[in-house]
Amino acid sequence: MKKKFSCEIDCANCAAKVEDAVKKIDGVKDARVNFMTQKFTLEAEDDRFEAILKQAVQTGKKIEPDFEIDC
Amino acid sequence: MVEHTLTKKQKKRLRKILLAGVIYAGLMIPDHTGALPSVFGNRAASLFLYLIPYLIIGSPVLRGAFLGIKNHQLLDEQFLMILASIGAFATGETSEAVAVMLFYQIGEWFQDFAVTRSRRSIKNLLDIAPEFANVEGADGSVRTVDPEDVLVGDTLVIRPGEKIPVDGVVTDGSSLINTAALTGESVPRSVSAGSEIISGCINGDGLLKMRAAKKYDDSTVSRILELVENASEKKSRTENFITRFARYYTPLVVLGAVIVAFIPPVFTGNWMTWIYRACTFLVISCPCALVLSVPLAFFGGIGAASKIGVLVKGSNYLELMANPGTVVSDKTGTLTQGNFKVTRVICADGVQENDLLETAAAAEGMSTHPIAKSIREALCARGCSSGMNTSIVSDTENRTGRGLTATVSGSKVYVGNEKLMEENHINFTPEKSGAATVVYVAKDRQYLGAILIRDEVKPEARGAIAAMKQEGISSFVMLTGDRKSVGDAVGRELGVDQVYPELLPQDKVARVEEMLAKRKESGRRLVFVGDGINDAPVLTRADVGIAMGSMGSDAAIEAADVVIMDDNLNKIPMTVQVAKKTVRISKENIIFALAVKMLILVLGAAGLAGMWAAVFADVGVAVLCILNSMRLLAFRPVLPGTA
Repeated sequence: MKKKFSCEIDCANCAAKVEDAVKKIDGVKDARVNFMTQKFTLEAEDDRFEAILKQAVQTGKKIEPDFEIDC
Repeated sequence: MVEHTLTKKQKKRLRKILLAGVIYAGLMIPDHTGALPSVFGNRAASLFLYLIPYLIIGSPVLRGAFLGIKNHQLLDEQFLMILASIGAFATGETSEAVAVMLFYQIGEWFQDFAVTRSRRSIKNLLDIAPEFANVEGADGSVRTVDPEDVLVGDTLVIRPGEKIPVDGVVTDGSSLINTAALTGESVPRSVSAGSEIISGCINGDGLLKMRAAKKYDDSTVSRILELVENASEKKSRTENFITRFARYYTPLVVLGAVIVAFIPPVFTGNWMTWIYRACTFLVISCPCALVLSVPLAFFGGIGAASKIGVLVKGSNYLELMANPGTVVSDKTGTLTQGNFKVTRVICADGVQENDLLETAAAAEGMSTHPIAKSIREALCARGCSSGMNTSIVSDTENRTGRGLTATVSGSKVYVGNEKLMEENHINFTPEKSGAATVVYVAKDRQYLGAILIRDEVKPEARGAIAAMKQEGISSFVMLTGDRKSVGDAVGRELGVDQVYPELLPQDKVARVEEMLAKRKESGRRLVFVGDGINDAPVLTRADVGIAMGSMGSDAAIEAADVVIMDDNLNKIPMTVQVAKKTVRISKENIIFALAVKMLILVLGAAGLAGMWAAVFADVGVAVLCILNSMRLLAFRPVLPGTA
């Protein structure tokens, strides 16, 4: 499943770092943190999507405390 | 005015910056003029006083740094900034420590402001989203609803000046509609009952009623918005490179800082000086300007392209468009208009032109074949309509690849190519046709004459191809299913370098594959242009597939990498110009940011550049890169033939 969210990300480099970290989460097929459009796209296993999403947000917050998504 | 465009967060940060700035200035004056020597003579007291503005301005950075430590993010920008300013405090540069934090925050603020602004201006370029729809109920009452709530089949009322909310068909009224936001075409389109209209266009002076044919989500507008938004997700190679580079940049600079702080003083002593110099390294270690500069330029480039009615579906495609090698194009519908016209009528001795056309038209009957249509049109243009009488026609027989035969008022009529004539032993005069298709007509084995029909080339085609060559393409290749003589003639007329005629659809794919294999040697890209109707396989195979004039054709928009919304070939060289400018700006940004950073690193190590310069190298450069990228929004590609 692939889903797109509006997100808050304050710097371009942080976006790249969050993206890298989220991609490494188990079950994540692909992820993109777009600094220009402030969009977060997550592609992950269907049945665990919600759990993976939660974990992705946590990971993002660790790297960039201001990382936030609107569901 | 400016006040309104600031976000809440920006306002809050601005207040902090102003407050800290005032306090800082208030401390600087007595400090440097020696007005209050009793206080400033005491190091602890002055440190305490300077901590006030430092904490005001630095609190969010401190918080970030603290969280960074907690989460083991030691190469975090904020952590490194705090480390640098602590270093400055430690080496006795108290006022500079505050200044660095202050200017860092000012720079960050400007950076944020500039990015928000540019984001907004790119969105405004695509100001096509309708805000509402007027739905007419069964009783004739009109409700205003969100475009998302419009159902297929709803009757909508579009008042003058309003945006068309969803794709549909006009049921009542007539008007001129402005399609500029979608196609870049400035001449309004005239519509009346029965016309298909697409969402995002702006209604002119007439009141229109329409029937919704699609939901908002499936309508052109939302598809386009989604496309443009997704475009920046597909990263250009330059962006991938710079993101990878950034991963090594910060650790390397931090390593440099450690070396500068601890190695030289072992030999020279002077620990304070070298620690201060190391702190300037930490300030420069953030790669944000670099990481930001490339996607920002491409975002601007995609915006600039959409302004001329060209949708680029990814930054990577825009990057490829900057250096096209071979451009391959389909003929019919792409280089030509796809509608046939009678250009010449050649009569055998004693035959009237109108008789010839009438006979041919009658035999063709109501056929929808483009050739039949063109003959009917030619007849109508000459003011006759008797050929339309179909009751006198019988026994119509289609001869594939030859033409047709029919019985008209008791006489056997032959309409077709030379093969049809030869097979029926008709004594005809072969015509040299060039780019035209020749239709021979005979009645009761008596040769009447020939009709020359051709698909007209688009008026801008020749100029557009010349302009592409000026932009540096190595060759322009035309593929066509037409006969060699037709293909060659059109090719010569347009200045095409190579023509591959008589190709079946699968041959076209094979040809393109062949050229793709060859272009590997040259390293330049292969661009394919088609009308998107039956060339989807080729569109997807090419490095960049361009679909033309495919507004509303879902398949074409799906298969293509670049969609030209109107039918104008000039948009191709114009897109190349936008792409070149984009790539140039992104390169300028990279080189500028890297050069300034390297320079300040060297000067900083030598003790010639202080923290001020370092702050400029960090945030100042980022702001300048943003401003440089924004030039793309003002960029107007040159229309071929107008330069």
